[in-house]
Amino acid sequence: MKKLLTTSLLGATLIAGAVQAQDAEQLRIGVDVPYEPMEYRTPDGELTGFDIELGNAMCEQINAECEWVVQAWDGIIPGLMARKYDAIMSSMTINDERRQTVLFSDPYIKPPSAWFAADDSGIDAVYPQTLEGKTIGVQRGTLQDNYVTDNYGDVADISRYTTADDLVLDMDAGRIDIAFLDFPVGKSTLLDSEDGNYVTVGDMISEPAEYFGEGFGIAFRQRDEDLAERFNEALATLQENGTYDEIYEKYFKNHE
Amino acid sequence: MEQLNAWFTDLLAGNAIFTANTLGFYWDGLVTTVQLVFLCLVLGIVLAVPLAIGRGSKRPWIKWPIYLYTYVFRGTPLLIQLYLVYYGVVFFDGIQDSIFWVVFKQAFYPALIAFTLNTAAYTTEIFHGAIKNTAKGEIEAARAYGMSKPLMMRRIILPSAFRRALPAYGNEVIFMLHASAVASVVTIMDLTGAASYVYARFYAPFAAFSFVAVIYLCLTFSIMFCFRKLEKRLLAHLRPRGA
Repeated sequence: MKKLLTTSLLGATLIAGAVQAQDAEQLRIGVDVPYEPMEYRTPDGELTGFDIELGNAMCEQINAECEWVVQAWDGIIPGLMARKYDAIMSSMTINDERRQTVLFSDPYIKPPSAWFAADDSGIDAVYPQTLEGKTIGVQRGTLQDNYVTDNYGDVADISRYTTADDLVLDMDAGRIDIAFLDFPVGKSTLLDSEDGNYVTVGDMISEPAEYFGEGFGIAFRQRDEDLAERFNEALATLQENGTYDEIYEKYFKNHE
Repeated sequence: MEQLNAWFTDLLAGNAIFTANTLGFYWDGLVTTVQLVFLCLVLGIVLAVPLAIGRGSKRPWIKWPIYLYTYVFRGTPLLIQLYLVYYGVVFFDGIQDSIFWVVFKQAFYPALIAFTLNTAAYTTEIFHGAIKNTAKGEIEAARAYGMSKPLMMRRIILPSAFRRALPAYGNEVIFMLHASAVASVVTIMDLTGAASYVYARFYAPFAAFSFVAVIYLCLTFSIMFCFRKLEKRLLAHLRPRGA
């Protein structure tokens, strides 16, 4: 009798659990902070950023409850394999090397690069004609360097710096007229700097893929194909209904 | 030119790294390195000769400032001197509006200034040592002829001092060539700059840097060869007889 009771109780608990899971699926997503404006903490400690907001919107779309798990970059893929979380959404560039380990969603953003110049530089658009004879600063060997070298190498001088900080020093000194950088890097070093007044010039650039890569994707365990598919559908919906653009504008609006 | 280009492309077919395009980078780098090193050496000698003479002066207000200069420039790394000249000058207020900005805006001239001051300091010490080592007999003989000090310097001391300084100076030239590799940290596309660029673009450190090492080796050997020839000619009187 007692045994029967235990068994039925256990059964009841299991059923209850299953029902709850159908109600709102629990998902955990791994993220490495900070990388402004993709993922970072507000001064009061709350996680925010483009990835976080887009991720939450996608979770809502697939009717899941998402919890963010902060994990250092070194261990972010092993953490996924060890089931510490079910997905990684942390500005992870899609490439073939990672594809062997994880399953990627469709790219949800191509990290934009942008042109930065002093607000009194007189450069208001970026074409080979407007940059003729100017000095362009880039970080050596980055995709921005490759893009500028191939497209503007004939008309402008290109100064290549080892670090973004060296570049900013020369920008402040007036040695370079315009810089082409990863937008997050340029934002934190130039737009948010107190020493100079810098603005972005022209549109952000993330095409062609030959230079700018496949973009960032959400990583899943290989066998979670269904989950990846649901996220892809959610992304498509958000891109259609304008939510995506809203979030994009919020974090990547031009600073004029 | 087009034929040459086609020939190159044929030669390099299937090689992802050494295309005509990247070899162009290396060529520009070679030109920049040779220009930079040659100019700084010429300017360095021009500065070093009067400084070496002054360094041996008996007057303390001439001797000590020169000693301080060579001490400071030989006692600090060239990289630091380059940083100071390149990034340091921009902290002088209003330099951007002064006439000096023409010189300091580009990376080439600050590097040239730093390199010149550095090699001039070493060359001064080399020449000073050679002047000090002039045989007493030669000086006494010159005095006996009634030569004035400037004439003695011009006719007796300097010519023989230059000859004696030649081997040490040859080393300084080679050191300067090697030291010029630091120019790439201030955005100059010298040989090392070209190699770093190719490395960063193709993630091929070994190919990029070993190729540039071979170019440096060739340069070094040509410099050594010239100095050996010069030494053979100018130091003929010091060789053992009959060999």
